[in-house]
Amino acid sequence: MGGKLFAVIVIVIALASAVPIISHTFLGASVRPPEDISTHGSDIDKQLDETMIEAGLSFLAAQLVLGFFVWRFGGRKNGPLKNFPGGAKYLVIAAVLFVGTEAIALGALGTKAWGKVFFQPASADALPIQVQAGQFAFYFRYAGPDGKFGVIHPEKIDEGNSNFFGLDPENDVAARDDIQSGEFVIPVNKEIHLMMHAKDVGHSFYVRELRIQQDFVPGLDLSLHFTATKVGKYEIVCTQLCGLGHYNMRGYLNVMSQEDFDKWLKSQSNS
Amino acid sequence: MRTSKFGVAVLIATLCPALMFGGTISGKVTYTGTPVKQKPIDMSKEPSCAKQHNPPITTETVVTGSNNTLENVVVYISAGADDANAPAQAVTFTQKGCQYTPHVIALHTGQELQVVNADQTSHNIHPLAKVNREWNKSQPPGSPNIQEKFDQPEFISVKCNIHPWMHGWFAVLKTNHVSISKDDGGFSLPNLPAGKYTVTAWHEDYGTQTQEVTITGNETKAIDFSFKAKAY
Amino acid sequence: MSEASAHVVHHGPPTTFIRKHVFSLDHKVIGKQYYALALVAVFTGMVLSWIMRIHLVWPNAPIPLLGALSKAGAPGGIVTPEYYLSLMTMHGTLMVFFVLTNAPFAAFGNYFLPIQIGAEDMAFPRFNMMSFWTTFIAFCILVAAFFVPDGPPMAGWTSYAPLSAVGKDAGPGEGLGQTLWGLSIFVFCIASLLGALNFIATTLDLRTKGMTLARMPIVSWAWFITSCIALLAFAVLMPACLLLILDRVAGTSFFIPSGLNISDHLQPHQGGSPLLWQHLFWFFGHPEVYIAILPAIGIVSHILINSMRKPMLSHKAIIYCMMGIGFLSYMVWGHHMFLSGMNPFSALVFSFPTLMITIPATIMTLIWLGSLYGSNLRINAASLFSLGFISMFVSGGVSGFFLAQPSIDIYLHATYFVVGHFHMVMGVAAIFGVFAGTYFWFPKMTGRMMNERLGRLHFWLTFIGTYCIFMPFHYLGLAGNVRRYSAFTDDFLVPLIPIHKFITYAALFTGAAQLIFIFNLIYSHAKGAIAPANPWEATSLEWSTPSSPPPFDNFGGVHPVVYHDPYQYGVESSTGDYLMQASPERAGETP
Repeated sequence: MGGKLFAVIVIVIALASAVPIISHTFLGASVRPPEDISTHGSDIDKQLDETMIEAGLSFLAAQLVLGFFVWRFGGRKNGPLKNFPGGAKYLVIAAVLFVGTEAIALGALGTKAWGKVFFQPASADALPIQVQAGQFAFYFRYAGPDGKFGVIHPEKIDEGNSNFFGLDPENDVAARDDIQSGEFVIPVNKEIHLMMHAKDVGHSFYVRELRIQQDFVPGLDLSLHFTATKVGKYEIVCTQLCGLGHYNMRGYLNVMSQEDFDKWLKSQSNS
Repeated sequence: MRTSKFGVAVLIATLCPALMFGGTISGKVTYTGTPVKQKPIDMSKEPSCAKQHNPPITTETVVTGSNNTLENVVVYISAGADDANAPAQAVTFTQKGCQYTPHVIALHTGQELQVVNADQTSHNIHPLAKVNREWNKSQPPGSPNIQEKFDQPEFISVKCNIHPWMHGWFAVLKTNHVSISKDDGGFSLPNLPAGKYTVTAWHEDYGTQTQEVTITGNETKAIDFSFKAKAY
Repeated sequence: MSEASAHVVHHGPPTTFIRKHVFSLDHKVIGKQYYALALVAVFTGMVLSWIMRIHLVWPNAPIPLLGALSKAGAPGGIVTPEYYLSLMTMHGTLMVFFVLTNAPFAAFGNYFLPIQIGAEDMAFPRFNMMSFWTTFIAFCILVAAFFVPDGPPMAGWTSYAPLSAVGKDAGPGEGLGQTLWGLSIFVFCIASLLGALNFIATTLDLRTKGMTLARMPIVSWAWFITSCIALLAFAVLMPACLLLILDRVAGTSFFIPSGLNISDHLQPHQGGSPLLWQHLFWFFGHPEVYIAILPAIGIVSHILINSMRKPMLSHKAIIYCMMGIGFLSYMVWGHHMFLSGMNPFSALVFSFPTLMITIPATIMTLIWLGSLYGSNLRINAASLFSLGFISMFVSGGVSGFFLAQPSIDIYLHATYFVVGHFHMVMGVAAIFGVFAGTYFWFPKMTGRMMNERLGRLHFWLTFIGTYCIFMPFHYLGLAGNVRRYSAFTDDFLVPLIPIHKFITYAALFTGAAQLIFIFNLIYSHAKGAIAPANPWEATSLEWSTPSSPPPFDNFGGVHPVVYHDPYQYGVESSTGDYLMQASPERAGETP
């Protein structure tokens, strides 16, 4: 009796688990990645979909077979013992060939998406913007009309006075026209070269709609590059535990038309 | 005998009002030159606060009034007065709209500080004390007020660990004779018995200045402070 | 070598109370001590998770008693952001180290490995006693971190540098609490290394006559392979913790680069690398999760064979798979670090062996499933938890398949998808192995039976409950719900709160269901039905001991002789459809 109950429950659980995956909603909320606004994201989404199909089918098959066998053989008393046709040999071969090929195939296909994000450097005409992650906010810096970023002096950081990067405009000419912003404002359809600097501890940069994520490592010069394809406001959140305010560490990516971006940049210079 | 008794009576009669009311040192704090423009504060990461400020507030490192007056200058008696005891009343420091109000507070060593969170978000107040014990405390919305004391005189820079733009100051002093200038730049230090005093004016960016003032009776001595604005 | 004839140095039966129950050299007592410690740790860890889940969905509601327990952490009963992270850190540390390394491996392994191979005790009884008490000291040091003025550590059980390395500038909980964490784990490593040495020496040297390695039960193989993994893994974590402590108290800079401005304090360190900590930690951390699951795989396989009344299609294949997993586990640590800033080419190097682990995992699953076919599967609490293990192992393993691919990890890293994955394999599947082992071996350890109905009820509620808790984690992850957040205030997180409420209700419900297990354990100890010598009609040597619980030297002065492989089921014999390993009777026909 217990066997039949187990079979029913495991099959119900397996099918119930699949429903939100197929319907993309659970308890009224959307449970799928949000719309992709990047140029590389479609490869990642395709990879995710294919993996979901293969993993989902494997999951359902295993749970259903488990349920079926327990239904059939659970509580069976003194029945003739039989071995699965072929014994272990064919199961091992199936596992190696089927799963092995599947795994290698997906792994190989996935290198394309990975490579687009991480193997190629930013193109030469990408717009360079620096982001600094520090407990517990992201601040962005644009080079200003001189096209040069001023030097960061950690000892000069004065957040209460809005000197987030520790610039020294008095002595460092390149720093004088640097534009600091709490919002990540970028033009649409333009490649951005995002240079990442950690002020204090480890952080991470994550924008779901851009399908990018990358840790900030103190002491390392890391960067990301991407192109946003849709105007709008998107959340940037920190995904690496960085202290008590980790949950509150977020900012907004504001993708504007090139025209609006130029206007915005100019208005920042004037203030 | 009669002369000395009369003399004492006259002395007492003259001194009594001085003992009861005392003199006052007052004046204005101004600046010369052109102060750096205060920058607007981007609170976009905390929408519940950002929406309270339209247009956005600015940094408060240099706050000025009309006629070149300088606000948030702590003017106090640094020598010549008794240290006095800490008042029993607490001084309140409020977090509202992700801003510290007031920007500068003065309190006596041993006087109670009450920190209030009037926002819907957690704050973590962090007085960056170098002489006193350094601490920080989280305050989720709905949690009780924070109560703390400082033992040593010190000008303590105060920040919020969660919201980097929040900034304020605690002027922990050994005296109760203190006045913080408002937008008219004015300050007033009343109830001073006769004596020689050193008056110190402290500004968070422009530094410290002192002046010597002598009070003989119930007069009001007017002194001014003038700070030089910095270019950066 | 076919068998070894070294004998453990005889120690006479203990006479004093201290020697019998406290500082005991008897592996059975030590096994029970580990189990008791794991029970305390799992209960503490579970309560911490309840507080976390309640805070996440009802952040403004004061939690009773908490304000009194920690005035700084929960003023007025309202959990502060740092205290949430401290609860999370202690939850993870307690569960991974003091529950999942202790219970399936140290507790059951200590109790049953020597008996299953026919030995009187472990190879080094004194080391064994030291191992347990050193673990206990490590536990006390960790718990002490709750009570230091600056609060318990909050850098997670992974304790990444520089957050964990610079000291209290990094935040509340990063003072003495974090140092105690490092010290506790350092001490735990010493205990684990001693234990691993003991297991390996015992397995290789103390098998009784006729007990070749090939005739060892699958669960003894699991303990042996696990201890080989543990020997190398803990040997790396130990110095890593030492370096972390040195950075914190001695001014060294192993993990801290120059130029850090933390909360307006310039750090004096220079020259260190935060990634070095990650490499050291995960070089241990990944094998550690296999240390957590392999004994459960062994226990569950062992119980299933007995329940099915027929051997696995190939239990040797399962042993080879466990070896393969153990070997591969040392090549994959970088899959925790795909986005860490390592050279991106290394992601492909780590991803390949990670994907390869699906092969032995699939082989094992197919053999379990295939073996069920044509069996006479007995349903009881132990076999139900073993079957539930298979279901959970599949669910948890399948989500690992997503995370093994770097391109998908770009989106899923540090989301609840990861948390769902490791909770299903570790927090549920491995624990199911412990439950199964408890129901199965309780009669041998105490001489009484656990209540079967309560055991089944415990299973149904826990099986359904844990799926209700952890399956939704994957949906949250697909929506991009970031992990280790003490509050869900971001725009995209607020709509997901109803899912979190569902999870919290499921967690509290499932937690309450564990009281059935605790009650069953305690009640059955005192009042359970007296157990027959071999209630499950099992074959391995632990069921050949003259009494339950076994006498102090396990076999009553006799060295058992082994005549068969461990899984003579489905044969005709005088005892029924099975032949015990120690029975000189010859096997009948096997199907």
